Amino acid sequence: MRHLLSIEDLDRTAIERILDRAKSFTEVSEREIKKVPALRGRRVLNLFYEVSTRTRSSFELAAKALSADVVNFAAGGSSVEKGESLKDTVQTLSAYQPDLIVIRTPHVGAAHLVAGWTTAGVVNAGDGKHEHPTQALLDVYALRDRIGALDGASIWIVGDVLHSRVARSNIHAFIKLGANVTVCGPPTLIPRGMESLGCEVEYSLDRLGEADVVYALRMQHERMTDSFVPSLREYAARYQVDGRRLGARQVLMHPGPVNRGVELAAEVIDSPQAIIGQQVAAGVVVRMAVLYELLAGRGAPSGAATAPVPVHA
Amino acid sequence: MLESKAAAPADLLVRGVHVLDPRSGIDAPHDVLVRGGEIAELGAPGSLEAPAGAETIEGEGRHLFPGFVDPHVHLRTPGQEHKEDIDSGTRAAAAGGYVAVVAMPNTDPVVDSAPVLRSLREAARREARVPVGFVAAITRGLAGESLTEMAELRDAGALGFTDDGKPVHRAGILRKALQYQKLAGGVLCLHEEDPTLSGRGVMHEGPVSARLGLAGIPSVSESTLIARDAALAGYEGGRIHIQHLSARESVEAVAAARAGGVQVTAEASPHHLTLTDEALLGRLDTRLKMNPPLRAEDDRRALVDGLRDGTIACIATDHAPHAREEKEVPFEEAPMGTTGLETAFAAVYTELVLGGVLPLALVVDRLSAGAALLDLPLPAIEVGRGANFCVVDLEAEWEVGEHGYESRSENCCFAGRTLRGRVLATVAAGGVAYRERSFAVVGA
Repeated sequence: MRHLLSIEDLDRTAIERILDRAKSFTEVSEREIKKVPALRGRRVLNLFYEVSTRTRSSFELAAKALSADVVNFAAGGSSVEKGESLKDTVQTLSAYQPDLIVIRTPHVGAAHLVAGWTTAGVVNAGDGKHEHPTQALLDVYALRDRIGALDGASIWIVGDVLHSRVARSNIHAFIKLGANVTVCGPPTLIPRGMESLGCEVEYSLDRLGEADVVYALRMQHERMTDSFVPSLREYAARYQVDGRRLGARQVLMHPGPVNRGVELAAEVIDSPQAIIGQQVAAGVVVRMAVLYELLAGRGAPSGAATAPVPVHA
Repeated sequence: MLESKAAAPADLLVRGVHVLDPRSGIDAPHDVLVRGGEIAELGAPGSLEAPAGAETIEGEGRHLFPGFVDPHVHLRTPGQEHKEDIDSGTRAAAAGGYVAVVAMPNTDPVVDSAPVLRSLREAARREARVPVGFVAAITRGLAGESLTEMAELRDAGALGFTDDGKPVHRAGILRKALQYQKLAGGVLCLHEEDPTLSGRGVMHEGPVSARLGLAGIPSVSESTLIARDAALAGYEGGRIHIQHLSARESVEAVAAARAGGVQVTAEASPHHLTLTDEALLGRLDTRLKMNPPLRAEDDRRALVDGLRDGTIACIATDHAPHAREEKEVPFEEAPMGTTGLETAFAAVYTELVLGGVLPLALVVDRLSAGAALLDLPLPAIEVGRGANFCVVDLEAEWEVGEHGYESRSENCCFAGRTLRGRVLATVAAGGVAYRERSFAVVGA
């Protein structure tokens, strides 16, 4: 694997290989010195065109835990503000010889484009409303930790599916690992043709009790202005996951950050069913596994297979 | 009404070429003699001699068609000459077998006044390799608020009117344009799209847009406005032409209006007739981004059926050049449009004629039928008529490249595809407008 651009490109074997490697990295996170030399001398460049707290910082922690050098490049305060095109920015930064570029943009397909413009490996850390593959991997990791294999599990993804790259990546990941996926939300926020991804579509939570796992999506306030929903009040009344709707044996997930009192009621966020904190924690080890897969794993450029790593040419 | 720079009247003999002119019913090998830019004689193969000084084109195994006429191109002049100008755009037209093209007014400034139109016609007399006609804007600045001086624009040479690139969103304004048409004449060419339904859409709405997470443009954005405007045209007795049909619902709306006696015609583009939104799944190529968008297979089939039964009168390329740096951006950021003049015949021939879907004669007819909609003469292979034809090698196979176009821009949606059918020479308005570089000319 040279790039991680979408979950759609991965097969079950590749997903499981990354998850298994992530598991082996948990031991590193528990050490006093949280570092191994696996990617020593490798350069990882974080290129973020959208604000991000957890994704960017967990990529940074993951790279550092593997002893790679990290440069963070945020669009604000850079030549991007002077009108530099994405292509020129990527080609300029490529002159610094990065081994890997982690990119987040508000534009669908941008990571694919970048992969064509650089010799570095590329990780898609979110491209518009398309995909967010490492989020899906860490979600699957956290969920496997809680319930074991996903085969046959019923997973409901609830909320603003239309604007969610997390929903798209997770639908692919959950289905590839054998789960049955239902998306549920207001009809205005479920894209036409969504069932072609292999999921069921529901417009009410009436049958939520059939779910083993409830994955709530973030409901953004700006959706009100475009009349996707008439009010947050009406949205919460119909789609909020609360103590009444969440069963004792169901698992609750959310990609964060949560709007308390909108998509989730306070009582379920802090409930034992919720694994929201575990999802965040999984972010570092899963991203370590992704970096390792691309820079030192199978299909990575030669000379990178074992630590200690020779000086990069 | 059409302008081009003066070309030397051709004296040439095309020997043994298969002439196919569906409208005059010729479909057989002939010698075609052009003298002084006119078709002087049609004879049995081998029967005609080239007069002294005339060049001879070996036509055996090749076809000669009435030249194509495109009622819908963007020459980007004035104001966006980095994308295309009259010279490069008409060179592209000639290379595609076109003998006349009609330029859209969404330039900078907009062609919404007689002085702008006159200066453009003058520029075409200096630069155009094939005759160019112009349609003027329906509303000032394409703003949709107030009518242009349609009568004066007609006197200045406007073939018709359009706000192409945008719909005439306010029904009341379009109604006034239809009323004013009784005075000014000239067809109203309509880009049909309800902006409140298209929203920020960048591709067809359906399973592919759901998968890609891209905002969709629903088919009904187009068809609902066609239905509205057909009703207005029927009420006012006006004449409208629907540009670049893309959806099944739209074909049905046009067919219903025609059945109801409305004077409405329609066009479809080579890309809508041959490609679908599935093409975006492999690679999110900005060359495949245009408005209206590539739609589903069912829509594509409906367009082909409409072209066959005449609901869609003609093929129009909507040739829309954009500079490389404008298209080398993420898909959602890229401007809408694909070039099309140089690939139109080959794309339609390869996908539809060789695919067994449409007869060659029908495609040849539809590639020039747009002339009639704008009250222009239809090219014909007849003795005594001006020479307007193209010579085509149907066997030639070629790959549509990244570069090497006559057009100034390279944003062709067929790039990378292997097509059959190559235009070897184009004679427009009696002069040789294009000759393929590798094409051997005997005794020139």
